[in-house]
Amino acid sequence: MPDWIVDAVLSIALAIVLALYVSWRATRLDRLHVRVETARAALDAALVRRVAVTLELAASRLLDPATSLLLAAAAQRARTADADTREFAESDLSRALRAAVDQPGFAAGLDGRGDVRAELESAAAKVGYARNFYNDAVAQARTARRALLVRALRLAGRAPLPGFFEIDDAPPGR
Amino acid sequence: MRIGIVCPYTWNVPGGVQQHIRDLAEALIGFGHHVSVITPADDDADLPPYAVSAGRAVPVPYNGSVARLAFGFLSASRVRRWIHEGRFDVLHVHEPAAPSLGLLACWAADGPIVGTFHASYERSRVLSATAPILRSALEKITGRIAVSEAARTTLVEHLGGDAVLIPNGVATARYASAEPLPGWPGGGALGFLGRMDEPRKGLQVLLRAFEILGRERPELRLLVAGPGDTADVLARVPAELRSRVVVLGLVSEEDKVRAYHSVDVFVAPNIGGESFGIVLTEAMSAGAPILASDIEAFDRVLRGGRAGALFPAGDVGALAAAAGALLDDPARRARLSAEARAAVRAYDWSSVARDVVRVYETVTVDAGVVIAADREG
Repeated sequence: MPDWIVDAVLSIALAIVLALYVSWRATRLDRLHVRVETARAALDAALVRRVAVTLELAASRLLDPATSLLLAAAAQRARTADADTREFAESDLSRALRAAVDQPGFAAGLDGRGDVRAELESAAAKVGYARNFYNDAVAQARTARRALLVRALRLAGRAPLPGFFEIDDAPPGR
Repeated sequence: MRIGIVCPYTWNVPGGVQQHIRDLAEALIGFGHHVSVITPADDDADLPPYAVSAGRAVPVPYNGSVARLAFGFLSASRVRRWIHEGRFDVLHVHEPAAPSLGLLACWAADGPIVGTFHASYERSRVLSATAPILRSALEKITGRIAVSEAARTTLVEHLGGDAVLIPNGVATARYASAEPLPGWPGGGALGFLGRMDEPRKGLQVLLRAFEILGRERPELRLLVAGPGDTADVLARVPAELRSRVVVLGLVSEEDKVRAYHSVDVFVAPNIGGESFGIVLTEAMSAGAPILASDIEAFDRVLRGGRAGALFPAGDVGALAAAAGALLDDPARRARLSAEARAAVRAYDWSSVARDVVRVYETVTVDAGVVIAADREG
């Protein structure tokens, strides 16, 4: 066999292997982006749920009017915050919930409505979990996008670089 | 919810991970969820109705010891079929970084996957070196749980990323009631459970306190259980008190529960090195009045002394004085017992399983069901 055929076959084989590798890397990156989006949806759902439970508690007449007002105001601010102010507003809601729930006599004040407290506890815990999972996904996607191959071949396409979601989400009642 | 749980180690071999999965699965079933566990098992193994065998695990050297692991194409295809037929809402993989079923399940599935990391290593070259191979499988895990701070640190250092902390549970019901061992507690009894030859467990502190207490109180006896050399323990007790120190050595699970119910005061004299205090939570579940050293972990579990009395760690005189005061005050012992039973509920499997369900609910938002991946990797 002439040398040029051997060379050609080898180059084609190499090109196929390279193409497969690049396609695998692109698939992996795509999967990471999907994971970020799914985690973001879960985080938004958890935050919305926490606002709803807080508003429900504030409207329930189970608490004194001052605590109710405090909670309703914090929940309302979190609900209407835009992208720039959301992290501050959600942190403030965490702090307002802690101030309300951790005050002496809170559990006794709920007067047998343990279900409201359990729901609030669950909603607050889920915000913590969802944020941890979202930031974990973001960190992995960002690391993958920093790779030389990904940058050189623009494998990320036009997908925006995902950002971390940083808030104070320490739950009440701990 | 339909939950698929993947166990990496042989079901019928005793181990922390297997016990964790068994307790979790049973708590979830108790909540009304559908649970299927896939696990390596010996051919003649007696599996509970919710468990499915993935075949035998093979002993191989891994990370410095010999582990029984399930790997290879046969195991992979069994896991894939189980995923395909299970139609799970969420897949819960345990120890996904070990070369066993957990890793195979990550490989073979797409959809919401929760991973629980159990092991903690000081430093593992193996784990760091294999991280790139693990990466693409571990990237599929949408929610990560660590069972301890140590496990979380191991994960962060070796594999990167983060995890939420949900500790192991205690099956409090298993300890709640039992017959005392024959003849106990008699005219006053102190108890100890733990490794007898491990200085950090503090048996030597208790033995020296018993020298003081035993001389003051001719009826008082000491019950000691745990792994270690019995003769070695007795040799450390003065001859005239030796007949009142009963060393059981390593006991069965059933006798352990009975031992907790056989003493007036359960003593946890640990000097340090305890991150959680599983023995303490077992004693609390049994409602034993507890006297424990004031190390940080115990102080937290015992609610700053409300669910059990505390003494300065390593202080023989303080231990003797506090134990004497408790022995003379049955009303206080009853109060501590009731407080302990109430406080330990926070560590019960039902609380832990409730947190795990919250994780499931978080990762399944908008995520569809778990499907067998059309291509690995």
